[in-house]
Amino acid sequence: MSSKEWPLWEVFIRSKQGLSHKHVGSLRAADAQMAIDNARDVYTRRSEGISIWVIESKLVTASDPDESAEFFEPSESKIYRHPTFYNVPDGISHM
Amino acid sequence: MTTQEAFYNYIVRLGDDSLILGQRISEWCGHGPILEEDIALTNIALDLIGQTNNLYELAVSIENKGKNIDQLAFLRLEKEYSNLLLVEQPNVDFGYTIVRQFFFDVYRKLVFESLCNSTDERLAGIAEKSLKETKYHLKHSSEWVIRLGDGTEESHRRVQEAVNTLWKFTDELFYQDEVDQNVIELGLGVDNSIFKATWNTHVEQVLTEATLTIPTNSWQHTGGRKGIHTEHFGYLLSEMQYMQRAYPNMEW
Amino acid sequence: MSTKNIEELEREFQAKIDADIKIEPNDWMPEGYRKTLMRQISQHAHSEIVGMLPEGNWITRAPSLKRKAVLLAKVQDEAGHGLYLYSAAETLGLDREKSIDDLHSGKAKYSSIFNYPTLTWADMGTIGWLVDGAAIMNQVPLCRCSYGPYARAMVRVCKEESFHQRQGFEIVSLLANGTPEQKQMAQDSLNRFWWPALMMFGPNDDNSPNSAQSIKWKIKRSSNDELRQQFIDVTVAQAEMVGLTIPDKDLKWNEARGSYDFGTINWEEFNQVIQGNGPCNKERIDARRNAKENGAWVREAANAFAEKRKKKELTH
Repeated sequence: MSSKEWPLWEVFIRSKQGLSHKHVGSLRAADAQMAIDNARDVYTRRSEGISIWVIESKLVTASDPDESAEFFEPSESKIYRHPTFYNVPDGISHM
Repeated sequence: MTTQEAFYNYIVRLGDDSLILGQRISEWCGHGPILEEDIALTNIALDLIGQTNNLYELAVSIENKGKNIDQLAFLRLEKEYSNLLLVEQPNVDFGYTIVRQFFFDVYRKLVFESLCNSTDERLAGIAEKSLKETKYHLKHSSEWVIRLGDGTEESHRRVQEAVNTLWKFTDELFYQDEVDQNVIELGLGVDNSIFKATWNTHVEQVLTEATLTIPTNSWQHTGGRKGIHTEHFGYLLSEMQYMQRAYPNMEW
Repeated sequence: MSTKNIEELEREFQAKIDADIKIEPNDWMPEGYRKTLMRQISQHAHSEIVGMLPEGNWITRAPSLKRKAVLLAKVQDEAGHGLYLYSAAETLGLDREKSIDDLHSGKAKYSSIFNYPTLTWADMGTIGWLVDGAAIMNQVPLCRCSYGPYARAMVRVCKEESFHQRQGFEIVSLLANGTPEQKQMAQDSLNRFWWPALMMFGPNDDNSPNSAQSIKWKIKRSSNDELRQQFIDVTVAQAEMVGLTIPDKDLKWNEARGSYDFGTINWEEFNQVIQGNGPCNKERIDARRNAKENGAWVREAANAFAEKRKKKELTH
């Protein structure tokens, strides 16, 4: 007999067709099926969703916030990846 | 008995089942075994109270005597309530609550499935909405029966005890009298005798998966449909009716 | 590991806060910030959960089907809010069940208001009107709190809570305009809950030692006294509108301040209730502890079943 707690699950909800699943919070459940059921009761009481994903929190791998400078800042200088970097002569449309 | 009377009684029976079970489940609010389950049980209670509302609205419009649904819910005498004995049984523990719910859900799903074809459009509409809710209740109660039955030794023992105790109220699910015969003839209500076998098969299948057994020797109790209840019912009513009895004819 | 020293980290941290950049779970944060948040979020979560009880009391006695459904939905929301908040606290490494055990042992606190009894149906109205009203005043600024998960939880809570105060006021105004018995019931209820509701904002600012730091960290966005005054100023008019009397003989409009002056709060009562000597402290905690203890076999069964299933899947 185990007296340990139910594991923690992260909940993602698709609010309507055409949108991606979005993280909404977490909850406790003994298994995946229960996690889905609980997510339905906890996070969609006001018709917030049409589809639910759950994943055990311990299975999520996250980037390290201490490395965020070397991770994310280098892309900031690569402004040529954005369309606003380029000059288009006046009068040109559909571009 | 006129058709109108029969149909009225038939709808009140359906509504009483929802109300009394809803009242029982709502006793859990704030006391569930874990927060998530507290929320789940309250959702079930809310569905049942919603069904009561819709069914009583239909009942008072059939009766057409200017009564409102709260008079129906709160101001009848004990013998005027016609709910199944099963639904008035006390919560006892989470195991009893789940087994009671499971027996009822299997039955209710069959009832609403058939009522979707009622010749009365209003009832068919209520059935369609309630069926969706009931399917979810059944999923929830079935999963829990299996978890508890095939969980630990203690949970198995508790939930088997609940099955043994509540089994004696299951024949009443298929009770029929002149009310039913009247509404069956006109296609307004359902002939619940035809799905007794389906109910048995379904229940047996889930209980087997849960490693639980059906008691072999069990004398069956009926009476609820005729207004003869178990001792528990009076207490439930005195609590539920308290405000309407203590402060008659007021708006809340 | 970061090579920066603690002063540098703290300076960067405060700069982020000042620039309204949210702090997220794995970011570096001062220990004091983490501890304050853990305490505040878990207290807040406990308040939601204990807060289910005084109202849950009346679900089975609600006077109409409509009121029964509304009250069920409201108390259920409180369970949900507790859950969102415990989730936010878990992101700081605070285990939910451990934190609940602290509540049960008396180590953790919760809002003092829930230690008062609900004696009549009118209390369902007054709680919605005053207690949720006070809570909303506290909570709306927290939607901008510096800690991301807490702020997000509060956005959800506030969105859901908007119906709570309205349904309460609806009950109160119905009673206040009802029969003499109903009006009396509403007035009695207001008399019992007015002062405890004012205490919900916490001690006066001079006696609230952690407030300044919390405001600097943007964990708290307004002071206790500011919020209390704001609450009184909006509520007095509402009471007048429905013809109920606020039980404070010193309550008077102060033209110069543009606010109401009000009587002295009985802080001795507040302290006693916080220390566990309120009318229902024991009942509330006992009810929560019983729920947890009586549910232990259910939670264990679900765990055992999940493990069995996992093994079955592996062998197949």
